Amino acid sequence: MTGSLRPLRGERVGVLLLLAPTLIGLAIGVFGSVLATFVLSFFDWDLLSPISFAGVSNYANLPQDRMFSSALVNTTLFSLLYVPLTLGIGFAVACLMNRHIRGISLLRALFFLPVVSSPAAVGLLWSWIFAQDQGLLNSAITALGGDPVSWLGPKVILYSVVSVNVWGAIGEAMIVFLAGLQAIPRELYEAAKVDGAKPWQRLVHVTLPSMVPSLFFQGVLSTIHAFQAFDYIYMLTRLSNGNSTFPTLVFSLYRTGFRFFRMGDAAAQAVVLTGIIAVFTLVYFRIQKKLGAEA
Amino acid sequence: MSQRSEQMRGNAIAIVLLLAGGIIMVAPFVWMLSTSLKVPADQYSRTLIPPILTLDNYREIWSLIPLQTMLWNSLKIAAIATAGQLLTCSMAAFVFAVARFRGRDILFFLLLLTLMVPSQITTIPQFILFKWLGLYGTQVPMYLPSFLGGAFGTFLLRQYFKTIPIELAEAARIDGASLITIYWNIYLPLAKPALAAFGVFAFMFSWNDLFTALIYLPSDPETTTLPVGLALFQQQYGGKWTLMMAAVLISVAPIIVAFLIAQKQFIQGISMSGLK
Repeated sequence: MTGSLRPLRGERVGVLLLLAPTLIGLAIGVFGSVLATFVLSFFDWDLLSPISFAGVSNYANLPQDRMFSSALVNTTLFSLLYVPLTLGIGFAVACLMNRHIRGISLLRALFFLPVVSSPAAVGLLWSWIFAQDQGLLNSAITALGGDPVSWLGPKVILYSVVSVNVWGAIGEAMIVFLAGLQAIPRELYEAAKVDGAKPWQRLVHVTLPSMVPSLFFQGVLSTIHAFQAFDYIYMLTRLSNGNSTFPTLVFSLYRTGFRFFRMGDAAAQAVVLTGIIAVFTLVYFRIQKKLGAEA
Repeated sequence: MSQRSEQMRGNAIAIVLLLAGGIIMVAPFVWMLSTSLKVPADQYSRTLIPPILTLDNYREIWSLIPLQTMLWNSLKIAAIATAGQLLTCSMAAFVFAVARFRGRDILFFLLLLTLMVPSQITTIPQFILFKWLGLYGTQVPMYLPSFLGGAFGTFLLRQYFKTIPIELAEAARIDGASLITIYWNIYLPLAKPALAAFGVFAFMFSWNDLFTALIYLPSDPETTTLPVGLALFQQQYGGKWTLMMAAVLISVAPIIVAFLIAQKQFIQGISMSGLK
């Protein structure tokens, strides 16, 4: 280890002081909290009456919990669409952006605008775009002579909600892919050209193999984001009684834990959610390792 | 020559496609602005340019909802949270970049591992803890956790600290400076660009955070932040779109302005870590 200082005897305290917030954050904020959630998932507690041991009943009851089971189905369907769309469109946009054209940074900023904007604020706007009566989309459709669509009704809501979330996420994926594309040595393309490779052949044989790490990295992130979908869901699908017409796992956890104060049930949901994310992350890493070994 | 023209054609196709995509990205914002400048009677008019241009929505919205209070709450919480993140992340980042001690790399690995831990699994015990401390319904849970460091900021700032030549620290030390002095007087001033970039991020996370505010400040307009305020507004005044769009615009404008000013650092930050 060159390029670093070994603290002198008297400086150990300084190191500890500088690290103290992080150490407390790790101990209490992360690892302690994860452990506490896990333990809590075996208890029943509404924060008022005494806490009582519940065994595995919180987990066993999850399939009968109607909001949770519909949330599980919704979130899975949502992820199946959201992840490939975000990766695919983000990758396509990044490939198109990866050129030296004057003013392209302005275009890049446009794609990034939804990423920095408050989902609560933008979600409010989208709720109007999708509104059944006098909504922007429907008023455009009826002006063209078509029939209004129930964008947030049971048949179409999945696609509406996915569209908004993808719209909000393309910018981020694009930036990650753009960084990956810019790291590919130009010589690889020159060599491919000399060998007579057509543009799509260059894409398949040069660009894609070099982009495997970026694609997997963004794949993991997008999957995590998909399973954590909440903000737009809250703004677009919430009913006046507080329920949702399209609950996701985090929405269900929010209602169970922080509206109904069923802490044990909410903890069990949090454990299941984390388990799902962990499994996906491990699978991604496994596949990437295998691909890396073959290449 | 033919290669040149092939490239020109490729550029032209790329620009057309990107412009089409860019319009989809920006159209909702343009409509937001346009509607906020219309009179209520014109809210469903399909013209982009308001038939009657008015700033009344921006005047009325303040008296209709406690927007000023919520704007101030959001600003205050985001500012305190950003200060906490800048301070505590840079402290840890300095140690990870400069000091050498046993267990450092394992500790850093553990910290990075937390990036994979979804926040939902830590929220419940934290909620119980804050409630037990009597802080439910106050703004403290909104910013206190920001004073306990974080993997994203620590990683970002450590990468930057690593580019500062270690000789500076060594020389200062020969002159008798302590580690904390080196951190405060040498590293922090030199890392201003990285601190600014991460500061914008930290501010944005806090400003846009709906979930935490819903948990701790669910309904009181006097204490809550803009995202929850907008959700409450949505329930109460559904249909008053010209006013709503004014409120929406006021709440997204600060971040968009900050982003446009610090665009380069912002995008570098994302591509370095790939994390929101």
